[in-house]
Amino acid sequence: MPNYILRRLLVMIPTLAAISFLIFFIIELPEGDYISNQIAMLRSTGESASIGRLEYLRTEFALDRPFVERYGIWVGLWPGPNGYDGLIQGNWGWSFEYDQPVGEVVSPTLPLTVALNLASILFVYCVAFPIGIYSATHQYSVGDYSFTLIGYLGLATPNFLLALVLMYLANSWFGLTVGGIMDEHYIGDPMSGAKALSIVAHLIVPVIVIGTSGTAAMIRRLRANLLDEIYKQYVTTARSKGMRESKLLVKYPLRVALNPFIADIGNLIPSLVSGSVIVSVVLNLPTVGPVLLGALQSQDQFLAGFILLFVSILTLFGMLVSDVLLGYLDPRIRLGKEGARQ
Amino acid sequence: MNLLDVKGLSVEFHGDEGHHQVVRDVSFSIPENKCVALVGESGSGKTVISRAVMGILPAKSRITSGQILFRDNRKNGKQTDIAKLAPAGPVMRAIRGDQIAMIFQEPMVSLSPLHTIGDQISEAAKLHRSVGSKEAVELTRDMLRLVYFPEPERVIRAYPFELSGGLRQRALIAMALICQPTLLIADEPTTALDVTIQAEILKLIKEVQTELNMTLLMITHDFGVVTNMADEVVVVYNGEVMEKGSVEDLFLSPQHPYLKALLNAVPSLSMEPDKRLVPIRPIKPRTHHSDLQPRPAGKTHAFRGAALIQLEGVCKDFTLRNLRGKKLRGMTTALDNVSLTVRKGECLGIVGESGSGKTTASLAMLRAFPLTRGRISYTTEDGPRDIQSFSEKELFQYRKKAQIIFQDPFSSLNPRRTLNEILQEPLVIHRMGDSLSQGARIRELIDLVGLSPRYLRRYPHSFSGGQRQRIGIARALALNPGFLICDEPTSALDVSVQAQILNLLKDLKNELGLTYVFVSHNLAVVDYISDRVAVMCKGKVVEVGPTRQIIDNPIHPYTRALLTAVPEPSLDHKLDFSSLAGTASSDPTQWPSPYRMRYKTVPDLVEIEAEHWVCAPGMESMGDIVGPGGSHI
Repeated sequence: MPNYILRRLLVMIPTLAAISFLIFFIIELPEGDYISNQIAMLRSTGESASIGRLEYLRTEFALDRPFVERYGIWVGLWPGPNGYDGLIQGNWGWSFEYDQPVGEVVSPTLPLTVALNLASILFVYCVAFPIGIYSATHQYSVGDYSFTLIGYLGLATPNFLLALVLMYLANSWFGLTVGGIMDEHYIGDPMSGAKALSIVAHLIVPVIVIGTSGTAAMIRRLRANLLDEIYKQYVTTARSKGMRESKLLVKYPLRVALNPFIADIGNLIPSLVSGSVIVSVVLNLPTVGPVLLGALQSQDQFLAGFILLFVSILTLFGMLVSDVLLGYLDPRIRLGKEGARQ
Repeated sequence: MNLLDVKGLSVEFHGDEGHHQVVRDVSFSIPENKCVALVGESGSGKTVISRAVMGILPAKSRITSGQILFRDNRKNGKQTDIAKLAPAGPVMRAIRGDQIAMIFQEPMVSLSPLHTIGDQISEAAKLHRSVGSKEAVELTRDMLRLVYFPEPERVIRAYPFELSGGLRQRALIAMALICQPTLLIADEPTTALDVTIQAEILKLIKEVQTELNMTLLMITHDFGVVTNMADEVVVVYNGEVMEKGSVEDLFLSPQHPYLKALLNAVPSLSMEPDKRLVPIRPIKPRTHHSDLQPRPAGKTHAFRGAALIQLEGVCKDFTLRNLRGKKLRGMTTALDNVSLTVRKGECLGIVGESGSGKTTASLAMLRAFPLTRGRISYTTEDGPRDIQSFSEKELFQYRKKAQIIFQDPFSSLNPRRTLNEILQEPLVIHRMGDSLSQGARIRELIDLVGLSPRYLRRYPHSFSGGQRQRIGIARALALNPGFLICDEPTSALDVSVQAQILNLLKDLKNELGLTYVFVSHNLAVVDYISDRVAVMCKGKVVEVGPTRQIIDNPIHPYTRALLTAVPEPSLDHKLDFSSLAGTASSDPTQWPSPYRMRYKTVPDLVEIEAEHWVCAPGMESMGDIVGPGGSHI
């Protein structure tokens, strides 16, 4: 197993190289860049005073060089104006829009992004599992049909609409101001119990909003997977030993039905990040989503590129985790090679 | 004393179309320490009865009336009515797995793929005996030893996918026996297994029955198994008991017409050579208004007919790959210097266990894959041609002449195509005729296999297994081929339907002058349909000859082992469990001299008597009759 993990980590290097090239290529596809857009805008309004500074930035960040060189400089494989100074060297780039290093723009949003996504994943799993199991074991019962209906509603409702509805309801029923990450008077205060509570209270609505469609989809899939398994012969075999139904369900069919969910961990991360962009905008949450959206709109290329690359890395690690877990949980995968050798 | 009394049992299934009685007023008893066989075709309700006794009926079914009285010897013979107990309740759960245990039909799917064998076997002991995990492992080890596992220590930690079918069935038996149940229900325990392994498993069940003082309820459709195992027989048909009694009474003087008909439909090695099986629902191929041209193929028994297909020293190696598709060092030889001749107008049977290469050999004749070595020639009008040298266009033409009937009639028909489309497809691919003449051709084909043109718009799911196999035959005949490969066409079918299909194939062969290669693991079936037989083991042909000579005078030890392992459906030829050769018989390195094969030994065939060839590489040194290879048989 350690060998396997090491090999997988090594494979990640070329994968990341390919991903970074694709990201850079796609970001650069539209005409012009942030600076040239700014210059054009200033020229049209007649203000040409700060054009000189922009021209300086252009050469400073090597935007006047050919595409491959620009890519090499961004990654740190090509000497730029300041020598080798790119992602590899730990320089994550400069955000023109915020006029700050990318790290400083992104780092305040990262804890919330991670917390929100983790909470959403937990929410999805915690809600979907009991309901999915209930639906599968009570197929075609009233409960199954009700959950199915709710699930379809959850899948069909656009997230931002749900966000607006919940925001209104939470405010009129519980007096919660939902927008933002915490009550305004805590901003700037040092962390305290009350502040943490406020953050948790503010997280509830976004988590529900972001998690609903994922929950609905997972309920459907868990139900289908379990239904495939519970009529299989090996379950009957276990039943014929005199096992209690509940114990039997958890030990045999649920265990087998779990595989697709573990395999899915890697895929959840990018969909949660990109899925939460609109919700974060609507709910005024300082996550990385709105930052990414703004960066893409204004062609703030180093900022956008860094965020996309960061999500890719998260995804790759998610995949690794799910593969390792799968190997641990499923002997057919773990022993597959030895099994084939015999 | 009866251990189990079933009285007036009725079971009902409720589906979308309302209620449906699958078991009607069934009564029978199982005397203590006896073996009762429940016999019937698929759909007769025999499995439902056994599940009712276990309290594991499917969710959509329920017992509507009757009693299942089980006498509990551990409680001074107190009788419990299982039919009244809640299936998932604590009383039933205490009986299930402890007092009554079950062995299931398909060892390949009856074990959880994610849990170790040891875990699954010891589970019942932990549930009913309140033993600790250490004792449970100890018990498991004892059980594995009882069922003759070669390495019990290793198996405890092994996963099901690491074991073969026969070993998995042994594990299932160990699992059922761990609490030493008083009643063991075996639901077709050997149907999915090879004949030599079947014999071993039957022997094993018999042994443990006496050793643990068990009572046995055996569910089967195989009369060979019944005569060898049962003391009493209950015949069920359509959910009702047709006849019951001791095995002697039933076999010597069957009373009910259904049982008589069923017994007449079973092929047996001790049958008269020209006797015809009598299917319960016979069909007659209608060829009268057919434009199918019967080939002037000569008489059926003309063994010296011209060679149609000739295999010369054919080898096929498969490389073992791991899950990622990377090459591994391992190679497996599926065909090892196979030399065979298929003659025009004959039926050549190929017999062997699973993994013997019989299907590979037949697929090679269709050029389904490139050969590693060797040559397969097909006799065209211009003399023999190597089918490997066929150009794409010639191969396309060859496909018209050589067709195949597949083993599994359920998965070999596209569920989204109507019967009409299924039969039309070959004609469309080969551009034969316009749609009008294609329609006429399809009606001919339907007539040929005794189906009605009314069925043409139906989808495969509305046909029974036997009907589907007839569709498969019609599809294979669509292009008017001269050569058909039948790859175990009846192994998925009931005996009564099997007789129907076998007779149909026989009639079609005679009327259309076809040539067959009939692949099967069932010696009785091959005996019934084939003119000559080739016995294969581990990719080698070990014996070839006219069918009767092989059956009556088997020379090779493997053929002998195969023949002694066949359970005959007659009381005079019971299996001799003590003389079973065991797994050694299918290991070429353990055959006695001169048959022994070492690594890289070329399997040369020796002509023992006229037309009868045996693989005996050791005999060559004696300067005997033969040249190398059997290519000129």
